[in-house]
Amino acid sequence: MTAPLHFHTIAELAPLVAARRISSEDLTRACLSEIDAHDRALNAFITVLRASAVAQARELDAELAAGRHRGPLHGIPVSLKDLIDQRGVPTTAASRVREGHVAAHDAPVTARLRAAGAVFIGKTNLHEFAFGTTSDDTAFGAVRNPHDPSRSPGGSSGGSAVAIVTGMSVASIGTDTGGSIRIPSAACGTVGLKPAWGEVPCDGVVPLSRSLDHVGPMTRSVADAWLLYLVLRGDATAARWPLPARRSVRDLRLGVPRAYFHDVLDDDVRACVAASLAWLRQAGARTVDVAIPHAGGAAAVYLHTSLPEAAAYHAGWLESAPDRYTRNVRLRLELGRYVLAEDYVRAEAARAVLRREVDAALDGCDALVLPTLPIPAPPIGAATVDVAGAAQPVRAMMLRLTQLFNLTGHPAISIPIGDTAAGLPCGLQLVGRRDDTEALLAAAAACEPVVIS
Amino acid sequence: MNIEDWLANACADAERRGLADLKPLLESLAESTRSLRGAGWDDAGCPPAGQAAEATPAPPPDGAPR
Repeated sequence: MTAPLHFHTIAELAPLVAARRISSEDLTRACLSEIDAHDRALNAFITVLRASAVAQARELDAELAAGRHRGPLHGIPVSLKDLIDQRGVPTTAASRVREGHVAAHDAPVTARLRAAGAVFIGKTNLHEFAFGTTSDDTAFGAVRNPHDPSRSPGGSSGGSAVAIVTGMSVASIGTDTGGSIRIPSAACGTVGLKPAWGEVPCDGVVPLSRSLDHVGPMTRSVADAWLLYLVLRGDATAARWPLPARRSVRDLRLGVPRAYFHDVLDDDVRACVAASLAWLRQAGARTVDVAIPHAGGAAAVYLHTSLPEAAAYHAGWLESAPDRYTRNVRLRLELGRYVLAEDYVRAEAARAVLRREVDAALDGCDALVLPTLPIPAPPIGAATVDVAGAAQPVRAMMLRLTQLFNLTGHPAISIPIGDTAAGLPCGLQLVGRRDDTEALLAAAAACEPVVIS
Repeated sequence: MNIEDWLANACADAERRGLADLKPLLESLAESTRSLRGAGWDDAGCPPAGQAAEATPAPPPDGAPR
């Protein structure tokens, strides 16, 4: 280990904490020092829990000294996206609409992390109510990408990704309704897992679109994502090292959907993805071309599902406190009130078709492999970006390759695959069978060392 | 409802509510609605399964999205 300890993975840190070679308090204080040094510029956190995090770390250190070890998360500093309830702490959703709110209870996912020994270091900044992909429409100031602070970290879980990259927390918990875990993971160079729909409870998490919402881990490695997934899923007994045996990349059959998914790609992203596929083949993975014929229709289906579901949740506040929203988020929520019920139902029927098409593409494959984001992190505030010589809308580009799998509920993970010439990270997305997030994690763990350059 | 009629009504309503800024978003939504309605969401569009799909029938309808 050459980097400071708080930049290492849970897999590396857990045995050191368990053996009391490092203390949770020292690890926690190191993360707090990074927050003090960098967060004024990056805006990754809305609430920093300095005193309670140190107190929690001390208690966990004392437990270890007394011979009680809760498992690999024992004493590890973790941040929560500020949509997720932690008892006694505000859940702002990055909005003035929620001013004065303090959570009375832990969300189930928070309670599971607490029981596993996580130290809660703070609540991370996000796109207001998770209703956006750039983390700049927020009541707490735009989140900035540590690789280039003039650029977005992606979103909506932008603060979570920034916290991991900068050593402000070892891991984070995000939410993903159209890509909000995977998008910032790709834009910042971290790992982000959207589990299969319904596996991880969303109770105690401010909803965006209930039929599309997912909670999942954002980490520095696939193994760490796997561990946190087991904890979030409530499978505490399984959350033990070593994790299940990794598969060999030589055993993998990977489906590559090209039509639509490779049609509009930044040149550097295209090169990174092509190199990753080549390395995977060179390492022995078999790749086969597959098709998802209606993928190009996913954006319309997503819009007619997410907009009315979000508007339904926000209807009361849109009447009573409309001026407390940021302008763009308020307008998009209002837009949802105009979607016709007949089109929402059409979108539901279309989701069933998309689900079958993704299932069919996965038939005989361990995972689908495709880019996570078609572009690198965009400049903050940009409405359009140039992609291969044509102006493209940022919002549509950010969601283009991820939203399909929220509509279908398939598990999906983004892993880093290197940088553009300008030093901006790119991500590779792997999509697994609907009922088997662990098989996806096994495939991703096999691919990870091959594609990380 | 016909999309043109819906758009005209929605724009008028937004204006009445002091939300004239919604008009371009409503126009984009109308485009998306045309796309949704015109995409041909039928089972004939279901793809062959992976590389070896020729003999694989389309899976049965799945009414439970989650």
